[in-house]
Amino acid sequence: MRRFLQILFFAAVVRPFLALFIGLRVRGREHLPAADPFVLIANHTSHLDTVALLSLFPLGRLHRIRPVAAADYFLSGRLRAWLSTTLFNILPVARRHVTKTNNPLETMREAVGAGDSLILFPEGTRGGGGEPGRFLPGVAHLVESCPEVPVVPAFLVNLGRSLPKGTFLPVPFFAEVRLGPALHPTGTREEILVQLEVAVQALREPG
Amino acid sequence: MTLPPMTPVLVMAAVVLGLLVLATLAVWSLRRVKPQRDWGELAARVRSWWVMAGVFLGAVAVHPAVSLVAFALMSFWALKEYVTLLHTRPQDHTMLFLAFLAVPVQFYLVHIKWYGVFVIFIPVYMFLLLPVMLVLAKEPRGFVASASQVQWGLMAFVFGLSHLGYLLQLPALPGRVVDGRALVLFVVFVVELSDVLQYCWGKLLGRHKVLPTISPNKTWEGLVGGVLTVAVLALPLRFLTPFEPLQTVLVALGVAVAGFLGGAVMSAVKRDFGVKDFGALIPGHGGMLDRVDSLCWSVPLFFHYVYWVCY
Repeated sequence: MRRFLQILFFAAVVRPFLALFIGLRVRGREHLPAADPFVLIANHTSHLDTVALLSLFPLGRLHRIRPVAAADYFLSGRLRAWLSTTLFNILPVARRHVTKTNNPLETMREAVGAGDSLILFPEGTRGGGGEPGRFLPGVAHLVESCPEVPVVPAFLVNLGRSLPKGTFLPVPFFAEVRLGPALHPTGTREEILVQLEVAVQALREPG
Repeated sequence: MTLPPMTPVLVMAAVVLGLLVLATLAVWSLRRVKPQRDWGELAARVRSWWVMAGVFLGAVAVHPAVSLVAFALMSFWALKEYVTLLHTRPQDHTMLFLAFLAVPVQFYLVHIKWYGVFVIFIPVYMFLLLPVMLVLAKEPRGFVASASQVQWGLMAFVFGLSHLGYLLQLPALPGRVVDGRALVLFVVFVVELSDVLQYCWGKLLGRHKVLPTISPNKTWEGLVGGVLTVAVLALPLRFLTPFEPLQTVLVALGVAVAGFLGGAVMSAVKRDFGVKDFGALIPGHGGMLDRVDSLCWSVPLFFHYVYWVCY
């Protein structure tokens, strides 16, 4: 039932909205891995980021793609929690009061181990649309502990103008998703983090 | 003799079909005669014309409501292309949302044929409302620029293009078969053909630039050749209009010149933004705005002339 609702929602609402209202363009679609699991990382300026990235996948594969989202925000409030879990199939992770049992790293590793792919915004929160912020170190831990899982960088343009933080009415600026080739970063955690940041930054300039 | 109302659409469909076949054959023979040159862009342009003509004639033929929805989408897309290129501030958000909301409202006014509000909704009511939204956003820095540029876009792409819709709604004149649909076909055909002919004359003979700092592609030879040719070619299309022969030629001339000026204005906008095209919607042409720029200027003039003279 949940899967059916999600597919219906993406086919009837999300895709027409992105195509006709936003006019979303996708560059580098060929970099999207054909098989799960992988980790998709992107800059973050809008709630539309997750919507746009999920829309890239075939409807039949949607249930394998888990956007990693802060449990304290997305599971608060009945409606928001229902939307997040039912329509977006988020992987809720703890931001505060992290203990051994709710360690976000462990949650993500489990999902990847079960064959699910992750959408991750390593800045940790939505930025103001200027320079992307520095990545939080968690993503480097994840990459280090799952070296066989490819990381796909993405850069999102203009979605932060359409629906910036703190607003709820979308303005139809043209937007673009730019995908880069998958990478398997190696080295220390700091080196991994820098490689990921560079890969996302490299997509800022349209190629 | 009374013609059934479909006749203008069918005649124009036949004319357009003939021209498109000619253009396609021309590209095909150019490729044979001079294979060393790259005809890709020209071929893409002609292919896009097939699609645009099909979509436009289809939308006009089916039902007035369908035509209005098509015109509203055209207007919405043009405004999107323009607004995306603007420097907007976060504080402009609500105002921009309302500016886009003006598109369905304006075309709804066209649909219910409320002429009095149709002609003042954007120039008066939106003009008064948008700055108030910016005041409520509480940021004075950049206020004038934000308010002006968005109102400008609404005037050009929503108010201007919505005249195409109201033109379509005009009833048949007493004792004539000419109605709004025939007038839409006439003005769009004349403007677009004028664009094409200006391009062709410019490619053939173009030497002297009209506006070198604005648009290096526009030449005196193209402008004069295109405008004069289209004025003559408009004469056989007089059956779509309520005009006398000389009047038809003069109206076509005026519409073609206005179309040229619209294109020049949009070239200046693109120069200012530092872009070559407004988008990539239509292969070989650019964005929606690159194709409808001339209509934004010529259609309001044509509409108010017809409305004043005939209605």
